[in-house]
Amino acid sequence: MTHHDIVIIGGGPAGLAAAAAARKAGVQDILILERDRVLGGILNQCIHNGFGLHTFKEELTGPEYAGRYIDMVEAEKIPYKLNTIVADISPAREVTYINREEGLVTIQAGAVILAMGCRERPRGALNTPGYRPAGIYSAGTAQRLMNIEGYQVGKEVVILGSGDIGLIMARRMTLAGAKVKVVAELMPYSGGLKRNIVQCLDDYGIPLKLSHTVTQIHGKERLTGITIAEVGPDRNPVPGTEEYYSCDTLLLSVGLIPENELSKGAGVSMNRVTSGPNVDDRLETEVEGIYACGNVLHVHDLVDFVSQEATLAGQNAAAYVLRGREADKGRQVPLLAENGVRYTVPQTLNVDTMEDAVTVRFRVADVYKDRYIAIYYNDKLISRKKKKVLAPGEMEQVILKKSSFADYPDISRIKICTEVE
Amino acid sequence: METRNLICIGCPLGCPLTVNIEGEDIKVTGNTCPRGADYAKKEVLSPTRIVTSSIRVDGGDIAMVSVKTKSDIPKSKIFDIMKEIRAARVDAPVAMGQVLIENCADTGVDIIATKNVARA
Repeated sequence: MTHHDIVIIGGGPAGLAAAAAARKAGVQDILILERDRVLGGILNQCIHNGFGLHTFKEELTGPEYAGRYIDMVEAEKIPYKLNTIVADISPAREVTYINREEGLVTIQAGAVILAMGCRERPRGALNTPGYRPAGIYSAGTAQRLMNIEGYQVGKEVVILGSGDIGLIMARRMTLAGAKVKVVAELMPYSGGLKRNIVQCLDDYGIPLKLSHTVTQIHGKERLTGITIAEVGPDRNPVPGTEEYYSCDTLLLSVGLIPENELSKGAGVSMNRVTSGPNVDDRLETEVEGIYACGNVLHVHDLVDFVSQEATLAGQNAAAYVLRGREADKGRQVPLLAENGVRYTVPQTLNVDTMEDAVTVRFRVADVYKDRYIAIYYNDKLISRKKKKVLAPGEMEQVILKKSSFADYPDISRIKICTEVE
Repeated sequence: METRNLICIGCPLGCPLTVNIEGEDIKVTGNTCPRGADYAKKEVLSPTRIVTSSIRVDGGDIAMVSVKTKSDIPKSKIFDIMKEIRAARVDAPVAMGQVLIENCADTGVDIIATKNVARA
């Protein structure tokens, strides 16, 4: 069996940044496996701008941002295989892939970096009544059809869900000459970034109806219209609030799901909230030598943070293959997400062997105003920071310093929570 | 004195900005970086946008090349620019950064490619 020091599953933003970081850390033998015909992943179809402000201090489009990392990978001559789909990863880090040239191949990896990204929640997951006419797309599918394959997709459009891709597509379809009639959002707040609501909806006078959902899909061969209704606090439609919109296209922007079939096969433990693997501060899963980063780990809003996270995964995977595992990782302390904090990544912290500073990312459960983010070591309050606004659609972070644990030799848990006063 | 509330679009943080306008004097609060103040002043005096779209490619390995205005253009010109972009066709190959439409809609701003498209 051929051996490679690091095998990276996925050549999108996470995989590319992980590869570049692992090479910089001194690993020569790296292989990226990518199922598409080009590197760059979803960024290839994200033709809007706003990427890279944190990483490159300038505003790039998706393809340009991907191009920066592809250039790094090409300059370093890091090998990659395109049109190659990974079929299996074993707990012993045997990676089985398939492509046209080689057929079915199994290779042994010193370390594996999971960077498979995420996929869109489909119509089938929504239980919306009605026939299955043509004209219903997930927002990302419509994005690909328009931006890469050159189809117009539709003329009269309704969008269900106010996730970022739905907002971006509202503007994109308007610019392409379509009439976007309304964006309906089940929740009382948008799941998208504020600036996308300003730039994609407000700029073009597209109404956003919060606490609304699609209750009926009309049309048999082609979509002819949809009915939306207001929902109550229980998220069920309120009778009498139905409104009919004629349309030929319905876009669904109703959530992203990390793509973890391979991770489960490798035996890593999964987090119920993130739908991604549980990891420690090195972004190592509970299976030795298997790391995870990017949207496969938890769904991000900003590619810049994906790149940062992937860089860390690349560095840690490199350290693992170059120096091996220390006999003892030291104390492993769980991070608990409580009272309005839905999850944390990482989920555990190696307090004895951690870096000097570790970034913990998390999301909150609801829109909160004037709340505190509090950190507790055991039951002792360590820090409390007031935030004007917290929203589920915007990832938050706190930084934990290694030095802060010196006074807590008996630490058994770290709690991150929101507090009202 | 006029007060306007804006949400900064300079980066995904989306800071809530308050702009106090008193004749020539514009005061911005709520921003976390200088870009926020710049954005608010501009949004009040002369709003601009970067327009991104895609242009049909003949003979390329994909059908469309993604494009953008090389710099921001007046918000009022968005649909004039889109009219030219939608009517345009280019031949493969296209290189990232290549000018595909010069002086689009008389804005003085070029439309440039944001990805490479090889010949099929």
